[in-house]
Order: sequence, then structure tokens, then C-alpha cells
Amino acid sequence: MIYDSLIELLKWLSITGPAASAIAAFINSIFPVVFIIPFALFAVYLERKVSAHMQDRLGPMRVGWHGWLQSFADILKLIQKEDVVPAQADRWLFNIAPVLAFVGSYAAFAAIPFTSTYVGSGIDLGIIFIVAISSLVVASLLMAGWASNNKYSLLGAMRSAAQIISYEIPTVVVILTLLCVTGTLSLYQLSENQTGNIFNWMIFGGYSGGWQKFALIPFMLVGMVILFISTLAEVNRTPFDIPEAESELVAGYHTEYTGMKFAMFFLAEYANMFAVSAIVSALFFGGYQSPFGYVGKLLGISWLVPFEQLFWFTMKGMFFVFVQMWLRWTLPRLRVDQLMNMCWKYLIPISIANFLIVAFLMAL
Amino acid sequence: MSIKTEHMVLNMGPQHPSTHGVLRLEVELDGEIIIDVKPHIGYLHRCFEKHCEALTYPQIIPYVDRLDYLASMYNEFGYVVAVEKMLGIQVPERVEYIRVIMGELQRIASHLVAVGTYGIDIGAFTPFLYCFRDRERILNLFEMTCGARLLYNYFWIGGLSHDIPPDFVRIAKEFVQDFKGTLKELNNLLSYNKIFVERTANVGILSVETAINYGITGPNLRASGVKWDLRRDDPYSVYSKLDFDIPVGQGLQGTVGDCWDRYYIRVLEMEQSVKILEQALDQIPEGNVQEALPKRIKPAEGQIYTRVENPKGELGYFIVSKGGLQPHRVKVRAPSFVHLGIMGELCKGHLVADIIAVLGSIDIVLGEVDR
Amino acid sequence: MKTQQEIFEILKAQYPDFITTQDTEANELAIEVPALQINSVCQFLASNPDLLFDSLILLSALDDANGKKNSEADGSFEFDGGTLSVIYHLESSKLRHKVVLKVVVPREKPEVESVSSIWQHADWEEREAYDMIGIIFLNHPNLQRILMPYDWDAGFPLRKDYKNPEFYMGIKVP
Repeated sequence: MIYDSLIELLKWLSITGPAASAIAAFINSIFPVVFIIPFALFAVYLERKVSAHMQDRLGPMRVGWHGWLQSFADILKLIQKEDVVPAQADRWLFNIAPVLAFVGSYAAFAAIPFTSTYVGSGIDLGIIFIVAISSLVVASLLMAGWASNNKYSLLGAMRSAAQIISYEIPTVVVILTLLCVTGTLSLYQLSENQTGNIFNWMIFGGYSGGWQKFALIPFMLVGMVILFISTLAEVNRTPFDIPEAESELVAGYHTEYTGMKFAMFFLAEYANMFAVSAIVSALFFGGYQSPFGYVGKLLGISWLVPFEQLFWFTMKGMFFVFVQMWLRWTLPRLRVDQLMNMCWKYLIPISIANFLIVAFLMAL
Repeated sequence: MSIKTEHMVLNMGPQHPSTHGVLRLEVELDGEIIIDVKPHIGYLHRCFEKHCEALTYPQIIPYVDRLDYLASMYNEFGYVVAVEKMLGIQVPERVEYIRVIMGELQRIASHLVAVGTYGIDIGAFTPFLYCFRDRERILNLFEMTCGARLLYNYFWIGGLSHDIPPDFVRIAKEFVQDFKGTLKELNNLLSYNKIFVERTANVGILSVETAINYGITGPNLRASGVKWDLRRDDPYSVYSKLDFDIPVGQGLQGTVGDCWDRYYIRVLEMEQSVKILEQALDQIPEGNVQEALPKRIKPAEGQIYTRVENPKGELGYFIVSKGGLQPHRVKVRAPSFVHLGIMGELCKGHLVADIIAVLGSIDIVLGEVDR
Repeated sequence: MKTQQEIFEILKAQYPDFITTQDTEANELAIEVPALQINSVCQFLASNPDLLFDSLILLSALDDANGKKNSEADGSFEFDGGTLSVIYHLESSKLRHKVVLKVVVPREKPEVESVSSIWQHADWEEREAYDMIGIIFLNHPNLQRILMPYDWDAGFPLRKDYKNPEFYMGIKVP
């Protein structure tokens, strides 16, 4: 654990007590930022390229080789933009909303294990913490929508609040299902448990062994699909991008935002995309675990293993991010009532039934 | 205790991503439920009818292009047919065939935009670019014929500005062949997509009586189940010699006359246009396209109303002549103008998102609404 | 399926008081109807089982420009007297026949009965006719400008004697 090593290091520098904890925690929390920002830049580029190639065009080609510097150019542009605040807006809320949006998605990374040696906070209730903290996003969207003093923003904010809160229910029910099987809520513990080979992943029934492992496979699959759909809805991606549905609500809650404040929302969106992908992969696809075993262990180079794990973690995350993009550029958008119907009439009953069956299987 | 509630008035447009131009919709909402929709138009008013009174008959043709700028060829078609009828000119067979070919290509191009942008309205961006890829090939054909891609001035009174280039028939046939495959692709990607169907079926149902009462024509009327097509029911040019079907809405996914029907009728019409094109490209006779050009265009005193089946609906020209070189009055029956009038009726009781679905499905072009 | 002439005969029998002439000078025949009777005539045309005109194809208004021309020094002119007319193209979607009606009103008092209660389509067309030519449709539910700005007070653009205003809301009109 990097945090413990940092405490050791600080002790060596003769810093102890609360000061040491604070410094170590601060340094510890830098890592996700170092990860998120380049990732967001890359994801924006990837999104453009993926959409372009799906649509028979090339996408950005001018800035750098195949346009790879395009995102940097965009950021430069956004930094230079004038910061416009509408005259009738509630200034205080208007300014704080984008920060809060980013805080919500950034805090979620605290409980996500990147490798076996790095997890921001190894709290036992990791996954529940993520669900709770990412609800902060709802508050920020409502703030943004209300403070903008724009009817489109308000409609968008109302929709997103309803949507995100509704879709948290199936998410939590699926998490409960996993709790039944694994008995832990810590993502770190969960990832550690899925080690070994690909068949120890939760999607293949986990590491529990016995006949239950095989019986669980279909139910895990159902759980995975529900979790993916509901997390997709929580991060407002197509087909659930109703809060910002550009063809009806212009840009939803961030209609009035410009420059870096808009960039904050944008960053939060892409950070969220990765966060939910990481959660799906940690819960069902082994998290940072390699599907085959480690080159580092094979060669006896122990420091190589965390890097391999980081590689697998990023790859799995990227894969789900790619799936999200793929869906976005293929599917139309649902309507707000259909979205609610889907959640309350299909996802929640199915996930609860799934939970009960899994609980029954585990009790046998 | 009673809670005081009030309706929210939402202004959609004139700058809005989905109003297909500069249209303002004043929407009265109760939460997300629509109480009333009032279209406000005129932002693109260019005094077309006033201009016509100061121009000679051939000079009007470029202005006609700018009415429904997605179907310029067909606007010219309607106008030249009207003036030729006033003058009593019989145009050569070759001209008629070329006009039909251009008109049907234009119909496909216009419907491709309608279908593609409808996809965007519902939230699917990709089909739009697929449609534009094919439209590009049609525009290339137009460009090789008359040099222009959007506003052509190609149909002249009594003839055409140019004959078609020698390669035209071959390239057009290639396009027609490829386009059949593309239509299948489009159907797989969009038409039968579950979410798309959910969004459009049973939304904005237009009954036959309402449609006729509101003067709805063209694909929107056919989607309600009326087999009414001016190419068949009031034939002009050589349409009576060509074999094609008139698709009507059948309510395959919901109710007859819903948004999905209005969308799908356009896909079916593209298939029929392909059928017409195949025949016309084979049958096109030899001849001189400019032999019937009149020396002097000065219709006798009188008035005339002629109409053609524009991709959007019934496009009519009411021309009053007082015997001069310029018309006394030109009144256009613009299908989009008529169709927009039904917005309020179709939207009532639906959700905000449905405004976009309905507006997209009636396929208006603001250039024609405002003239 | 009936011809214009047959429909004219039916109308003449129904309304012997005021339907007497067809406008024959144009190469499209038009039955002349008095301005204040158009609604009842159209009601008859729409409901009579032999006629069933359920669709108004086009309502167009025009300035006949037949008044006395008073030219002014700057080349502009005004009409004194003369008429405006409204032309109705009707069609039956069931019986597939067409008819053209014509209403002529004096320029000083261009009042015509609205037919928007019969055909909804007439609502917008009448607003346009009001906007462009200045025909006042009586009993119209919402007679206001449609293409021009709502507060345009410089007259009706498609009249032949229309003059562009110099300023509109303080902005110079080019």
C-alpha cells in the first residue's frame, strides 16, 4: 500500500502524528488526478475518432499525427474563453456547481483499486461509498440547473435528478447480490479475491467453488448487464443522455456554462465514464487482475506486477469506455417517461428477482 | 390546502438545434406535458412573392430554387410546368425524361435529409452521416450536369439549360444500384431500432380527416393512409408512362399516421423513386433539349394554378398574368407552410421530447415556410 | 366527379340571389361569390353529399390594381378605389373534383368572411392574406400578421402601391 509506505517514508524524515497522515493522504490523493486528466483528454480524442470511424469520416486530422493533439488544442481554447455568467444567475451556486460535479466524480476514485498496491482508501464499505459520493453529482446538476436561471437548464436538471436517483436502486441491488456471494463490500478485497485466472472472475461465478459457481453464471450475467445499464444512466450517456438531450434541451444543465466551468463538467463526465467502467470491471471482471497470470511473477520480478495490474485495469476500463462510446453513436435516445419505465418496471424487478435467486442459491 | 401551479412558457428557437432553421415555437408546458404549441414564423421571410412581381418569367427560376432549398429541382419543375401551361408549349420527350430523372434524384436527396435529420432529432447521429454520404453522390450528379450543387437554375421554360453529360446515365445507374443496398443498411440501423420505434410509434397520430382539413399533402397525408399522389392522380410530365407504387402508411409499429409511419413512408418512397429512375434511365430518348425554348415569354392575360408532387407535398403555383413580361401575382402553395400549421394539434398532451419527434416527422424547410 | 360548370349550376340553383356570374376573362373559370356569403357557400360546398369539398388547396389574395392611379413626385403612387380579390381553390378528396371561387372586395373596405371554421388550413392562409394584402377576415380566431413582424405598421407589402417605410423601430430600412 502506497499510503503505508508514505507514512514510513515520513517517519524516516521524522514527521509523525496527524501531520504525517495529512501529508501522506495528500500525496496519495494526487495519483487519481494524474490518471484522470490525461485519461479525459485521451477519451475525448478517442470519442471523436470512434464516432468518426463509425460514421464514415476521419475525425480530427490536422493537429498532430492523426489529430492526437486536438484535445490539448481544445483545452487551450477553453482556458482562453471568456467566463460568462448570466446576469440573472445565482452567482454563488452557479460557480460552485461545476466544482462540485468534479469533486463528486473525483472522490469516487478514492475507493477504486488501481493495482494491488494502490487504492486511495481501503475502506471496507468501498462500493457503497462510491454510490453515496457520486450522488453529490445530483446536487451539483440541480445547482447548475437552478442557478443558470434558464428553463432548458432547469428541465435538464430536474430530469437528471430523477434519473440518477432512480437508477441508483438497481445499482445497489446488484451490489447486494454480489455481497451475498462474496461477503465483502471493499472493492480492493473483491479484486484480490478474483485473482488466479479468468474463471475466478465474478462473471464466471467467482472463486466460491463447488456447484454453486456454475449455477451462478447466468445470474451474474444478468447482474452485470443491469449494472452496466444503470451505471450508463447514472453518467448520462446515450441512450440515457436525456438531461443534456441536445436536440430538445439544447445542452441541458450546462447550457449557460462557458470556458473552464464547462470544461469541469466535461471532465467530470469523462471521469465518471471511467469510474463506472472501473466499477463494472472490479465487480465482475476481476478489477486489476490479469486474466492469465503475471509475467512479473513468472520472472520473479515483483515490482513488475503492479504495473501489469495497472495495465490490465486501464485496459478493462478503456474497453467499457469504448462500449459506452459505441452505444452512444449507434442508439437513439429514450424519452424521459420511457427511461423511468425502464428503470422501475424492468430493471428494479429483475434485479430484485436476481438477488433473491442468488441469495437462495448461496443459502443452499 | 391547494397548491398554486402555473404553466411554464418555453421558447424553442429561433436559435435551437432542432427547429430545422429559424423557427420559434412558443410551448406552454405543465411540467413536461405540452398544453399548447404556437409556431411563430417569418424569420426567413425574403419577399419572394414581391420580388416575382418585378422579375420576368425566366428570371424567377433562380428565386424559386431558394424556396425549398433541399428540393430545388422540384421547385423549378413546378414553376416551369406552370409557365409552359400558360404559354401552351409542348416540350420534347427527352426534356421530360431528364426532368423526371432530376426530380426523382432530388426527391431521394430531400428524403435522405429528412430521414437523416430525423435520426438526429431522436438522438441517433450516425444514420445522418450515412444519408449524407449518399446525398453527396446525388449532388455530384447534379454538379456534373449543371455546375451547381444546391441551387441549380437547370430547368428552363420550354427546356433545360444543358443536356446531360455523356457519362451521366452510367453514373446514375451505378448510384441507383448501390443505393438499394444503402437503404437496407438504413433500415437496419434506424428504422427498426427498438428505441427509435419506441420514440416514434404512437406519437403525434394524424387522422385522415384532420389531415385533409388542415390541407396536409404528400408523404404526411400518405402516412395517414390516403393513396393520394399527384404524380398519379393529377399526372404531369411523363409520370403516366412510368410504373411505380404509391406507398401508404399501415401502422406497422403502432397506429396509422404516427411519426414512425411518416418517417417510414419516406424510406418507402425512396424505393419507389429508385424504381422510377431505373425505368426513366433506360427509356430516355434522344433529342435536342433546347428546341422548344420560346423566343419570347409573355403569357396571355389570365390565371393558372398548377401543382406538382414536391418531396414535401403538394407544391402549387398560382400565377396571375396581366399580359406583361412580368407576372402580376405569383402565389406559392408551399407544403411546409401548410404542414407547420398542424404542429399545435399534433403535439397536445405529449411530452417536450415529442415536439422534436413531431416536428422532425412532418419535415419542414423554413425557406419554404417563410418564402 | 363534376366539372366546374356543373358545380356552378348547382350553386346557382342553391343561391339564386347572389351567385350569377363566372369570371371568364381568366383562362381558369372562377365562380364569383359575395364577400359576406363566402362562409355559407363554402359550408354548403363542404357538406353537400354531391360535392363534399373537404379540402381547401389554396387561398390566395391579390391586388387587382384597377383603381385610379395617383402618382406622386418621387415616382411612388397610390390607388384610389379599385378592388382586391381572394381566390379559393377547393378540392374534394373523395370525389376528386375541383372548383375555384372568387371574392372581390373594394380596396377601402376589404372585409371577407373567414372560412377557417370549415377548413383549419384557412387559418394560416387567411393570416397570410391579411399580412400581405390586407384583407380583413371577419370571425377569424386569430387575425394577426404571420410573416411580417407583429408590429409592422407600414401597410401591406403585396399591394401594388406599397411603399417601404424609412425606419422600422428606429432602424433604417435599406
